[in-house]
Amino acid sequence: MLYGTRLRSLSLLTAVTLTAGFGLAFFYAPMDADQGFMQKIFYVHVPLAIVALGGFVFGGVMAVQHLRTRDARYDLRSYVAIHLSLVLGAGVLITGSIWAKASWGHWWVWDEPTLVSFLVVFLLYATYQPLRFSIEDPERQARYASVFAVTAGAFVPLNFLAVRLAQAYTHPRVFATANGGLPAKMQLPFYLCLIGMALLFATLWKYEMASKHTSAQLRSLRRKLGGDDAGATHGRTAAPSLRTSS
Amino acid sequence: MRRTVAAVLRKELRLELRAPQAVPAMALFSVTTLVVFHFALQRGQVDGDLAAGVLWVTLLFAAMLGTSRLFVADHEEGGLDGFLLAPVDRTALLVAKALALLGFLAAVEVVAVPAFALLLLGPTPDPGAVAALVLVLLLADAGVAIIGTLVSALAVQTRARDLIVPLLALPLLIPVVIAAARATTPLFLAGGSEAVPARWLAILGLYDLVFGLLAYAVFDYLVED
Repeated sequence: MLYGTRLRSLSLLTAVTLTAGFGLAFFYAPMDADQGFMQKIFYVHVPLAIVALGGFVFGGVMAVQHLRTRDARYDLRSYVAIHLSLVLGAGVLITGSIWAKASWGHWWVWDEPTLVSFLVVFLLYATYQPLRFSIEDPERQARYASVFAVTAGAFVPLNFLAVRLAQAYTHPRVFATANGGLPAKMQLPFYLCLIGMALLFATLWKYEMASKHTSAQLRSLRRKLGGDDAGATHGRTAAPSLRTSS
Repeated sequence: MRRTVAAVLRKELRLELRAPQAVPAMALFSVTTLVVFHFALQRGQVDGDLAAGVLWVTLLFAAMLGTSRLFVADHEEGGLDGFLLAPVDRTALLVAKALALLGFLAAVEVVAVPAFALLLLGPTPDPGAVAALVLVLLLADAGVAIIGTLVSALAVQTRARDLIVPLLALPLLIPVVIAAARATTPLFLAGGSEAVPARWLAILGLYDLVFGLLAYAVFDYLVED
């Protein structure tokens, strides 16, 4: 399967959507009455968080497929999705922290349930890579990583429920749900940013998949030319290695 | 299925009775942790949410100790291979191990909870509060046992076994900690215990149910070879 196709058009679409979304967020969307300019971080933070969580769930779904079919490609898809979501997740925590500092005066606020849940999920998924690293056998590594991805995927909603309930009182949630408390003029930029961020995730995912496939093919070609030693991977990696039959 | 579970469970309990390893270590660890809490908090007595926190941190960390050893003997002595060769359902291993861990946790709590009440807890709980505490402990232990068995089976095949178990299990158990700590706080109030809010018991039950089903679904993939 080719992942390199239509990468250019997807990248362009992502760039256009994100630029338009951020442009509208800055020039079209009204200033927030309470928080002023600082509220603009909402257009980065919330789409990032939604896309990162979606990526974790997507990784879990791919892991289910991997366990069912035993196809190593699903493991690679799950790995790339979780790995990308972790990177985005770090962005979510940083932007959330900046927003908390700006609007509540503290870098970290424990009674903001969504952010706390996200930290717990992030900490859990941060063990995905160490887990992969500590299993030698590639087949077992893939299988165990998938079991982890399925378990963690099911954990995400339950954790959000528990943390949300644990707040005796919640902060006045201006943006309780994406379409609940949001004024109409904020909705359009927000959804555009959300779509842009999802496209960004898809683009990066496709890039990494294409890169992984290409290097796997390169390796197998090298092996054909120069014997088994030529195809050895350099450096330490826990990424699933595909055996391409080219 | 039931006979297999009973056989594996009997083997686990007999092993622990003949050469006690997990339970004494966990019990000793929890009492030591209580002493550490006394000095670290610089308090002679705790109540309310602080008491609930101390109790759950102690029990959870003690559980981590037993969890990381759960499959080690089977892995090293070839018990897993023997089990896989037998023509039985693999789920039986999950159920038996989880029940064994539940039994270990209950045995540890028989020591740790009275020790906690004696050493640190300020208010003396009345019988009703004790009954409610037993219910919360049981529901929380079921969750810890399920997650512990799953994580332990996952970690036993890895190189960094003892590092992976707490790293995986603690974030997964945070909902249990939230619900259990919230549920036990009213029992330890200085002005006399109050009723346990039902929704935290419901959360614990929901957690046990979801992860019980999930563990049932994925466990087969962990004991394949």
